[in-house]
Amino acid sequence: MAKQVMQFRDALAMAQADAMREDPSVFVFGLDVPDHKSIFGSTKGLLNEFGSRRVFGTPLSEDAMTGAALGAAITGLRPIHVHIRVDFLLLGMNQIANMVSAIRYMSGGQLKAPMVIRAVIGRGWGQGPQHSKTLHSFFAHIPGLKVVMPSTTQDAYSLLRASIKDDNPVIFIEHRWLYDVEGEVDTSIEGRLGESVVRRQGRDLTIVSTSWMTVEALKAAEVLARHGIEAEVVDVRSIFPLDKETILNSVQKTGRLIVADYDWVNCGFSSEVAATVSHALFGRLQHPVERLGFEFVPCPTTRPLENLYYPSAVQIIRTAERMLSMQAIDLTRDNFYSYENKFKGPF
Amino acid sequence: MTSSPVARSKAEWFSAYSKMLLARMCEEKIREEYFKDEMKTPVHLGIGGEAIACGVHASIARVRGAQAVKSNTKYFGTYRNHSIFLATSDDTDTFFGEMYGKVTGCGKGKAGSMHMASPEHGLVATSAVVGTTIPLAVGSALGDAVMGRDGLSIVFFGDGAMEEGAFYESVNFAALEKLPVLFVCEDNDLAIHNFRHNRLGWKSTKDMVEGFRCLYDEGDGTDLKEVMEKTDRMIAEMKKQNMPGFLSFNYYRFLEHVGPLEDFKFGYRAKADQAEAKFDPIAKAEAFLKTQGVTDAEIEAEKKKHRARIDESVKRAQDAPFPPPNELYADVWAEDTPVRYM
Repeated sequence: MAKQVMQFRDALAMAQADAMREDPSVFVFGLDVPDHKSIFGSTKGLLNEFGSRRVFGTPLSEDAMTGAALGAAITGLRPIHVHIRVDFLLLGMNQIANMVSAIRYMSGGQLKAPMVIRAVIGRGWGQGPQHSKTLHSFFAHIPGLKVVMPSTTQDAYSLLRASIKDDNPVIFIEHRWLYDVEGEVDTSIEGRLGESVVRRQGRDLTIVSTSWMTVEALKAAEVLARHGIEAEVVDVRSIFPLDKETILNSVQKTGRLIVADYDWVNCGFSSEVAATVSHALFGRLQHPVERLGFEFVPCPTTRPLENLYYPSAVQIIRTAERMLSMQAIDLTRDNFYSYENKFKGPF
Repeated sequence: MTSSPVARSKAEWFSAYSKMLLARMCEEKIREEYFKDEMKTPVHLGIGGEAIACGVHASIARVRGAQAVKSNTKYFGTYRNHSIFLATSDDTDTFFGEMYGKVTGCGKGKAGSMHMASPEHGLVATSAVVGTTIPLAVGSALGDAVMGRDGLSIVFFGDGAMEEGAFYESVNFAALEKLPVLFVCEDNDLAIHNFRHNRLGWKSTKDMVEGFRCLYDEGDGTDLKEVMEKTDRMIAEMKKQNMPGFLSFNYYRFLEHVGPLEDFKFGYRAKADQAEAKFDPIAKAEAFLKTQGVTDAEIEAEKKKHRARIDESVKRAQDAPFPPPNELYADVWAEDTPVRYM
């Protein structure tokens, strides 16, 4: 039963179920985990199969529940703590920054903390400033945490399996829009943390993308290809450890880089990639590194402003044109992703 | 509490006292040595509070078995952790090794006084951010519940921690899930230099804790016998009623919040409060031991034994090497090969 077609949400649920079948020390908990909506379907079926001892909801206590996950992890279990929004995870930031990340070091290597914190990025339908954050750079800034952002159904499965197996704390950040994406999942593919992947080969330009921006980058590359520009798309997947080699190999080839990050640009992950590439390939770059991300404002709720806030395939294309001194491509006949077609509120 | 305390022999009382004495003498040694500036770690000394950690530990070790790991008994503490570290590990070498920042320390010098731990002896973690180990103990008990294994998790914290949100979240969750966790408040009335009347908006800790489905008892934390007997009863009752428990013990902090000195000259509290032996758990335990037939000579012999052992451990720590440069990168990640940034 190696290969099946499914949605991203089902791949997440299957990864957790397979891990729980294999290892009795794995358990899943967090607000809304066992209810009828089951975190947009990503914990569906778990309560039924594994029971309320291993699959349960919690009081609204993110700080202590993060500490509880850590307490269980350092005493031999493998908790998966789920947050329906990254924004809510911030209530556990004291534990993450002061305890989870440092406990092994503080113990001189006596303890390990194998735990996964899953968190969903919201977008659209008026999610607004407090339901739409990503903040992967917050977590990757701190030594002791691995940070994973899958963008395909296969990676949802295999990187979540790898995160659960990993003996370090892993922050696993999932974009809500990706939940609807369908794809093939081969359960025999073993995921490995710390590896980026080239999603599309190209010689003219590298686009390094995170999470949903990989979808936008592939769309942009498809449009650019029709106009003679071959963009290479590197899906970062692992924010930390960062696979610098794959990124540098690509930019070595293309000489041009757009970092299309799904977060604010200021002091963000895109700065890290830009600095890394500028440092290693200073003489090879044909153009300064370009960075795309959220506008530097809190996420607006109303649609017209929200549309201005997010980076998109169109922005990638316009940036590429500038970098390559091209005429502006007529995009009026291209179909770009609109969640109106896929996604209805309220969540 | 309807459960009865455990009956103890003279030797058992003496053994609990001996742990307190060891903690006291180790900390007095730190005070002697500290201004040589070889121990480069902020020390939060627990002089005056030794009976709480040592008494709770002695009680639980008696009931659940002396080998903490084997009996799945897990302790968590604060930055004022020397008593519980020594009570669980009985290891003065790794204790002083850590104070001196040497590779022989319990955290290979990376922990320092504020993060002492000895998981192999049941002290899983301690922390320098107030309240942060309370949910860890709850998680440890949660893990036992998930795995269906018998266990007890104990967390020590100061009265200031009861002002942190994580405290309420933790007690609430433990009460909700009926977790086997024992909350022990080491109440010295002070958060750094601030008295409880400046900090607390509730009338009674007892009423507040009993508002949760959590057992509660309180007592004199400078009285070793009282601490041990209240702990005996509490853990029996927790088992019987399948509920978490809470013990609040008062004590008097003899020294400054951090550092080896007294701090009466600053005027925020008066030395007169502590001058009397009624606050000193060591003196009180010795008076009690004498009623159990322990002689002055036995006490003196124990002090002599500890002194020799402490001097030897300090010497070993002073002679031990600092961690080599590659230790900077070790122990961040669980992998054998450290994940290096550059």
